[in-house]
Amino acid sequence: METKKTTFNNRLLPYLLLAPQLFITLVFFIWPAGQAVKSSFEREDPFGLSTSFVGLLHYQRLLVDPNYLDALIRTGVFAVAVTALSMLLGLAFAAAVDRLTRTGRIYTTLLVWPYAVAPVVAGVLWWFLFNSTTGLMPFVLERFGIDWDHDLNGTQAMILIIIAAAWKQISYNFLFFLAGLQSVPQSLMEAAAIDGSGPVKRFFTIALPLLSPTTFFLFIINVNYTMFDTFPIVDATTVGGPAQATTTLVYKVYQDGYLGLNIGSSSAQSVLLMLIVMVLTFVQFRYVERRVQY
Amino acid sequence: MFKKLSLAAAALALSASASFAATEVTWWHAMGGELGKKLEEVATKFNESQSEYKVVPVYKGTYPETLTAAIAAFRANQQPAIVQVFEVGTGTMMAAKGAVYPVYKLMKDEGEAFDTKSFLAPVVGYYSDTSGNILSLPFNSSTPIMYYNKDVFKKAGLDPEVAPKTWKEVEEFSKKIVSSGAAKCGFTSAWITWVQTENLSALHDKPFGTLANGFGGTSAEFKFNGDLQIKHWANLKKWQDEGLFKYGGPVGGDQAATMFYAQECAITMNSSAGRAGVINNAKTFTPGFAPLPYYDDEIKQPKNSIIGGATLWVLNGKDKATYKGVAKFFSYLSKPEVQADWHQFTGYLPITNAAYDLGKSQGYYAKNPGSDISIEQITRGTPSDNSKGLRFGNFTQVRTIVDEEFQSLLAGKKDAKQALDSAVERGNKLLREFEAAN
Repeated sequence: METKKTTFNNRLLPYLLLAPQLFITLVFFIWPAGQAVKSSFEREDPFGLSTSFVGLLHYQRLLVDPNYLDALIRTGVFAVAVTALSMLLGLAFAAAVDRLTRTGRIYTTLLVWPYAVAPVVAGVLWWFLFNSTTGLMPFVLERFGIDWDHDLNGTQAMILIIIAAAWKQISYNFLFFLAGLQSVPQSLMEAAAIDGSGPVKRFFTIALPLLSPTTFFLFIINVNYTMFDTFPIVDATTVGGPAQATTTLVYKVYQDGYLGLNIGSSSAQSVLLMLIVMVLTFVQFRYVERRVQY
Repeated sequence: MFKKLSLAAAALALSASASFAATEVTWWHAMGGELGKKLEEVATKFNESQSEYKVVPVYKGTYPETLTAAIAAFRANQQPAIVQVFEVGTGTMMAAKGAVYPVYKLMKDEGEAFDTKSFLAPVVGYYSDTSGNILSLPFNSSTPIMYYNKDVFKKAGLDPEVAPKTWKEVEEFSKKIVSSGAAKCGFTSAWITWVQTENLSALHDKPFGTLANGFGGTSAEFKFNGDLQIKHWANLKKWQDEGLFKYGGPVGGDQAATMFYAQECAITMNSSAGRAGVINNAKTFTPGFAPLPYYDDEIKQPKNSIIGGATLWVLNGKDKATYKGVAKFFSYLSKPEVQADWHQFTGYLPITNAAYDLGKSQGYYAKNPGSDISIEQITRGTPSDNSKGLRFGNFTQVRTIVDEEFQSLLAGKKDAKQALDSAVERGNKLLREFEAAN
């Protein structure tokens, strides 16, 4: 793509234009992140009355702490499950709506609604549906011989937060996939149709490959979403339990730092979480992007 | 720049509202709903009773949220004068010597009358230092009691006026209730950590930790994996398998109240502050109140139960005038009529003997049967080192650990001994961490 090169006569102007964004990044990201890195090397009482430098102690402890390592694996499972579920369903809905001509808009509106729901409300909603005493789902599941109790059954608790987190994200994925599908050139589809390929074949051989930039973008967004933004859902449904079965990395940061007031270890965990996401994003851009056709 | 702007705005708002030059005393609290309204009423009444000071209550969310907010504010030098801290946070607050203005000292400095003996002994014991000085003002203290459904008892062929006294009776009654179909489950419990572990230990005079349950210093270790606790947890698991006991969920165990209100479980054990909720929700049945059960083969005369709830801590870094106001407000809060009103409305314990006596002379306990069970239970006998209370650092996290291990037990992943051993081991790690940081 050719872009017109713009030159600024005033040397200061570009920096001035960048300043607001830089300021916000500095104040809301770089500064707190720097603070987190600093306190991850310190041991401090909650009130900040006595601070001592402990070097890598918090990191060393975390890397041998079975609870932390379990949370790491659990977060991986959670991220993969939520991403896969919400992207597949988002794509399925998008493909379905794309084929509608008249009612498409109505379905689009309805399908986007969950995205307007705050995560904590989404959590509470599913918590109510699956509440073992008063909920609708356990009542239905009982007919199928499933005894639902996410207060004690770790697997069921995990399923609950996966459903709640994925449900909220489907809308987002749906919108992007729908926009992607609608920008697939009609002429290609028609040509393929004339060549005798059915709708399913057209979808898999034409639409899907052309969607790969969208898929790639959504993949990164979804993984980041499950890593960071699912805190309210966990907090509103399972509080990380039972027996830590739904304690993800971000929830553990909150538990140790906010509830436990162990600022040092909690900071070390945020730093590690930040590194994990950075590495993931790097890997995604470096290797996955190469195979994506634009 | 934002900070300056908001500060300026705040200053403007302050100067506008403080036209009478009343000294403002900010009070951060964690009382939502009905309790919060009642608390604001207490503050308003104090403000109306005099014109020099204005207490401004601010709701800051749950107990842990309020504590964390106060700590963050202290670090930024924006702390409130008074903060309400729950009993589990006591260890943290006591260790923060530079941040806290001890109440006994404040009252002495400001020349307000403050007699330790006028407070209920177990309440004071929990919040005093080793030399017996009260460090924070007891405000809302509760203790767990047993609630039962008289109608279900009747249906099961039990005498509705006789509550189970011992755990053996809880088991027998529950069996009758379940087998007769009067209710789906015999009993449930809120706060597994507080009620079925901490109070269980106190009631049976068994240590929860070394060094007088942590009162003796931060080098204490947990000991709650003793035979009694193992036996009780194993029983709970057994009773769960038999359908007699139902788990109410982690932390406060909110499901316990729901199951009790829905008449799914005939008995629940919960804070005495749950009394108002039980009375409001028990529309279709008559609730009964009783002390917590005990094992009569372990102890003939159970000890006093221990408290939960919260106290008011005064934070350092305010000016003299503010502290004067705090002291006046605390004197007001300790008045028998103020205390009695708060206690009778909420179900929290009366903090002072005078408030208890006032309630008696008003005939409140005669008119409201069961409302004094908590007081009798917490004041019975002489508190021992094991029943005086608990004082451990990082205790919020320890409670989470105990909850987790209990869940592992109920899920069948561990037996009672493994679960408690693991809870003690993980808890001790947190204690060492706390010791090193303070």
